[in-house]
Amino acid sequence: MPSRTLTGRRAALLLPALVLCSFAVGARASELFVSNEIDDTVTVLNGETYQKIATIPTDQRPRGIFATPDHRYVLVCDGDSSNIDVIDAKTLKVVRRIETGPDPETLAMSPSGDKVYVSNENNALVTVINFATGKSIKQIPVGIEPEGLAVSAHGRTVVVVSETTSMAHFIDTRTWRVVANILVDTRPRIAQFTRDQRYLWVSSEVGGTVSVIDPRTHRILHIINFHIPGVDREYIGPVGVRFTPDGRTAFVALGRANRVAVVDAKTYKVEKYILVGQRPWQIAFSPGHKRLFVVNGLTNDVTIIDVSSEEAVRSVPVGRLPWGIAVIP
Amino acid sequence: MIVRRAPGGFGLLALAVLAGVSLALAAPVQAAVRSFSITLLRKTYHFNKEVLPSLLETHPADLGVSGSEEATSELNTAGKFIGWHFTLNVITVPEGGNLAAAAQRLLARGPGIIIADLKANDLLTLADLPAARNALILDMRTIDDSLRQRQCRANVFHILPNQAMLTDALAQYLVWKRWSRWFVIQGPTAGDAVYAADIRRSAARYGARVVAEKTYSYNPGSRRSDTGYQQIQTQMPLATEASGDYDVIFVADETDLFGDYLPYNTYAARPVVGTQGLVASAWTPAYQEYAALQMQQRFDLFAHRGMRERDYGGWLAVRIIGNAVMRAGATSPLAMRKYLRSKDFLVAGYKGQGLTFRRWDNQLRQPVLLSTPLMTVSMSPQHGFLHPGYTTDTLGFDEPETKCHLGH
Repeated sequence: MPSRTLTGRRAALLLPALVLCSFAVGARASELFVSNEIDDTVTVLNGETYQKIATIPTDQRPRGIFATPDHRYVLVCDGDSSNIDVIDAKTLKVVRRIETGPDPETLAMSPSGDKVYVSNENNALVTVINFATGKSIKQIPVGIEPEGLAVSAHGRTVVVVSETTSMAHFIDTRTWRVVANILVDTRPRIAQFTRDQRYLWVSSEVGGTVSVIDPRTHRILHIINFHIPGVDREYIGPVGVRFTPDGRTAFVALGRANRVAVVDAKTYKVEKYILVGQRPWQIAFSPGHKRLFVVNGLTNDVTIIDVSSEEAVRSVPVGRLPWGIAVIP
Repeated sequence: MIVRRAPGGFGLLALAVLAGVSLALAAPVQAAVRSFSITLLRKTYHFNKEVLPSLLETHPADLGVSGSEEATSELNTAGKFIGWHFTLNVITVPEGGNLAAAAQRLLARGPGIIIADLKANDLLTLADLPAARNALILDMRTIDDSLRQRQCRANVFHILPNQAMLTDALAQYLVWKRWSRWFVIQGPTAGDAVYAADIRRSAARYGARVVAEKTYSYNPGSRRSDTGYQQIQTQMPLATEASGDYDVIFVADETDLFGDYLPYNTYAARPVVGTQGLVASAWTPAYQEYAALQMQQRFDLFAHRGMRERDYGGWLAVRIIGNAVMRAGATSPLAMRKYLRSKDFLVAGYKGQGLTFRRWDNQLRQPVLLSTPLMTVSMSPQHGFLHPGYTTDTLGFDEPETKCHLGH
């Protein structure tokens, strides 16, 4: 694959030649795709230099953003337009629009990339879409204001959390039935399986906690609390959750506390709070997991955290009210 | 809480109380749906819509109760997953009807958990009935300071911000703006006098100054007429003339007699805040931050109109009961009262933080919106106003100054 600097992108039309060339050179920058809720755009940043490569116009109110497993496309939910924009990760253009039903907030995909799962925030539904045909396969009623989606590694379970019903709903993808509903703390936002699939973490924004759930028994095993000196409890709003590849450490974005918590994923002890921009929600790792990207909604930027030192090293401006982030290696 | 859906339709919910007994063996599977009835007691009050200054102002008959109905259907969305079904039982006492008798009947029959859409006097009538002693009354309507001070009751929990919270919310914003010289214009009612006293209290708390005060008791003729504005255009400059300079007019006119005539009619070019102009409230139909947009859209689908403050009060009251039942298993009034005052309780109300009750006066602590009819201008507490406990306790009567002592 070609290295995608500005010139590289133009040259991408000469694909076969460049593929050879880039293999020879061996280096190509990853790219970060950040959805800007107010601007109706996606900002594309070079994953090494953090230079802005492109600003891609989308439909209205882009929020949830997801890279396909083959890294060929980046999908963005356009909440106020009831569709998904499919961005070609090479040309950085919207090449397709998929209807989703009303108010799609976030999305996830099956491990093979054949299905798209969308949370329809206004309709208390999860819509399942065949990615190849763009056709809706199934709509599954869940709780009110569904948001974060998690797909198990084998693809058999999809979990969606509903913000106003405050539940994690487990959907069996063979029957499309909801098989379990777990009441968690108030206003759950994100569900994330641990890398070994043994646990599911659910962040509760208003409750201010993260629930650790056993996905087999559907029991809550532990509730993680956050105490930051000098920050009132009501400002601690956990949203984004990501695990390091060794499974030992979790990063949790804390919303209006303007910090990312570093949590020992085995003992659940909070080890550190990293000061970032204002109202961080979504977070993502760089392809090699050396950097963590934190999207700050109120300061219109992305904080870059060095994972090994657990320090914020830089911040990079993006569009207005940045919401989600997807990384193409 | 762990819940498993039994194979079959949505209605077939079986609680996984599987202490030893497996679901497969417990045949036939019993749909363990428990029901809970919520009572909303309201009274019709005399209202003369002809006195509303603006034709755009309406007075929907379902004000308040639609919020409770919408919330009940939301509880049932959650309830259907975990085996609870909620119903809302609305009792409306007609204008001039006997509220005490209706309340007695309710308390004799029901569990004593009542959402009250009542004015202050009627609320106290209900709360002071001997049969209500161990009841839980959720006040979804009043903003009266007195009910959070000397007239507070252990069986009453208040949802909407009271007058002193409202003036503090505005005051913090004005101080942040450095608009700290206030000209107070007060209407003729007892409520206006309380609100005006709160303005003076807020000024003292936050270092602002009341530089002029006036009572406006002249009937401005706020009614339908063909050439009304011409007289208003000369009346209001007179009413707002002050000897010294001021930054804002802070108006106390709770019954909308004249306050809406003030903007653009003032003697000096100064903004109007208070009960009109820039207004403090728990909710407006224009508020969309902190995912309130989703709430507004759901309410509009349900009630075919915008969601107002009293709808929000009714909505929150039902959501609070739902939390108590589904999260804490509290179904009796005393168990609920204990839970609402515990550190385990919080309710989400689209304010970006959990809302809890102050233990000294059972008032819901909450951020307060500052809005014009079309826009949210800001939300208080303002940045920089600090508190050792909850930042929201910078609004209204804090524990050291309370005249109500329901406990710590």
